[in-house]
Amino acid sequence: MINVKDILALYRKMVLVRAFEEKASMLYAQGHVLGFCHLYIGQEAVATGIFHNLSSNDSSITSYRDHAHMLILGVHPNVVMAELCGKVTGSSKGKGGSMHMYSKEHNFYGGNGIVGAQVALGTGLAFAHKYKNDGGISFTFFGDGAANQGQVYESFNMASLWKLPIVYVLENNGYAMGTSTKRAASGKGLATRGDSFEIPTILVDGMNLFDVLEKSKEAISYVRCGNGPIIMHVDTYRYRGHSMSDPATYRTREEVNAVKENRDPILKVKNILINEYSILLDDIVKVDNEIGDIIEQAAKFAIESKFPEESELEMDVTI
Amino acid sequence: MNDITVRTALRDAMAEEMRANPNVFLLGEEVASYNGAYKISQGLLEEFGATRVIDTPITEHGFTGIGVGAAMAGLRPIIEFMTFNFAMQAIDHIVNSAAKTLYMSGGKINCPIVFRGANGIPGSVAAQHSHCFASWYAHCPGLKVVAPYSALEAKGLLKLAIRDDNPVVFLEHEMLYGKRFEIQTSPTELVALDKAVILRSGTDITITSFSISVQYALDAADVLYDKYGISAEVINLITLRPIDKETIIESVKKTGRILNVEEGWMSCGIGSEITALVIENAFDYLDCEPMRLSSAEVPVPYSKSLECLAQANSEKVVILSRSMLQK
Ligand SMILES: Cc1ncc(C[n+]2csc(CCOP(=O)(O)OP(=O)(O)O)c2C)c(N)n1
Ligand SMILES: [Mg+2]
Repeated sequence: MINVKDILALYRKMVLVRAFEEKASMLYAQGHVLGFCHLYIGQEAVATGIFHNLSSNDSSITSYRDHAHMLILGVHPNVVMAELCGKVTGSSKGKGGSMHMYSKEHNFYGGNGIVGAQVALGTGLAFAHKYKNDGGISFTFFGDGAANQGQVYESFNMASLWKLPIVYVLENNGYAMGTSTKRAASGKGLATRGDSFEIPTILVDGMNLFDVLEKSKEAISYVRCGNGPIIMHVDTYRYRGHSMSDPATYRTREEVNAVKENRDPILKVKNILINEYSILLDDIVKVDNEIGDIIEQAAKFAIESKFPEESELEMDVTI
Repeated sequence: MNDITVRTALRDAMAEEMRANPNVFLLGEEVASYNGAYKISQGLLEEFGATRVIDTPITEHGFTGIGVGAAMAGLRPIIEFMTFNFAMQAIDHIVNSAAKTLYMSGGKINCPIVFRGANGIPGSVAAQHSHCFASWYAHCPGLKVVAPYSALEAKGLLKLAIRDDNPVVFLEHEMLYGKRFEIQTSPTELVALDKAVILRSGTDITITSFSISVQYALDAADVLYDKYGISAEVINLITLRPIDKETIIESVKKTGRILNVEEGWMSCGIGSEITALVIENAFDYLDCEPMRLSSAEVPVPYSKSLECLAQANSEKVVILSRSMLQK
């Protein structure tokens, strides 16, 4: 059973992600962040819950929607914000930006801008775990849109054939840009896509941290026992447009508001902390305020940091 | 005469060809309900319906193959790549299936298809989304490769590409979509899928370029003339396969100097091809070695401070041109 201290810590992480993303969107509006910028607002419980059960040997990879993964794994918000602003103090020295963040220290391999590519790469991470016999497993996050790429199924096939240690986290947030899942995916839905490879699928409510925690524990123990791959089909929702430039006219305001009001992952944990664990609202506000300060610091750090020098241009092309 | 954006020109070209030929259809991500990720297909779903303006899942390799198959069967697909970066998932079908089948079938099976979408560096979107593929496709026999600059070229060439019986790779540029140009009423009579155009005539140096780089060349030509008295001839290559050798060679014979400007990398680029052509065909006319301006040989960085160092621009064109004339 999870204790109240852990729940508070997880609450804090989710608030960190949301506050970070909100600040990123402000810095975008002010012209500090440029190009593509995809926010994780609404989906916070997914990566927070799954990474809670991570071991130090494990590895992970995701799409361009990657700020949250960095933060939850423990990369300092200053470094993530600085990367967003293209500064030399950022995680890729400003060379990658929003979509291309990595943390070698946490075995986090990005940050991939090509939809679906991370699924094959993540399967390769699992291959390496098995090859090295290091006990680690790969957490490979991808979206409902990515789930239609051919390489996903090529990967599923080999992962199952070779019993690779991998948890596929299919984050179904309902939309791939302006295309809803039902307009893009045939058959009985994405949760059945592992069937013909005999990869089991666990259904997860991604708006409920506790469900994510419980199901990911299940998934992880299945994979760690050497059973091969598993799929977590996570039902979740993104509150903002696909990226900063998407007005999201393909869905109604009512649809978005209904999720915010009834299924918000942060609100849910907050209410549980107050109602079931008798945590005082004051203590929660204290956490929120602390995070607020950390985020302000991160923004200040990013804005005040220097852009990379000219000498950086030709570095890191080859070793 | 009419003033329209490249975006509208592309849309109008597709709409007119779709009206003229029921076998023409548009296939790609977000092309229908969303009216195109960059709004190139605005209004097409409404006019032509969902059987001819078709949203695909994100599955480039698959839908490109489907397009090529449909083309072999006699339809005339327009395949939109949200950007050409994602066509890398599909390059197998563009090269192995579309470009080679006519030859492999001894001329029996052709593939009238257009692969179009944004190509090049749109700015601040980092390496995986900033990539000019002109030389990749220009390398391949069996393809025609076009990279328009103006609205007239965009409209005329897209119409010709759709009517062409070969696979055509049609490289657009996001930074040009919103740019306005005057356009004549019969664009298809003013352009061709194998002709470069001289945008400005000059006597001291030939500057070749295509797509957004044409803008750098034109801007530089103004500065060169006004500030340094250098008369630059600016050639918009427009088609990269086949490349209009005659226009280039004739120009170099007149100016004795040639500089190519492109967004791609220098190694094995379009500039390398032009340099070779000039050396092979006009060696004795050269007053100095041919030069190439392109992006730095690095994956395009995100940070503005590095990105502008990595990219070609008009200032760099001016500097190189002056050095070639020692002025
Ligand atoms: C191969 C490829 N095709 C198209 C794109 C453009 N694109 C970027 S994100 C995206 C939608 C992906 O949706 P989904 O997989 O559901 O992830 P989400 O954005 O919802 O997290 C598309 C079409 C791309 N980056 N890569
Ligand atoms: Mg999605």
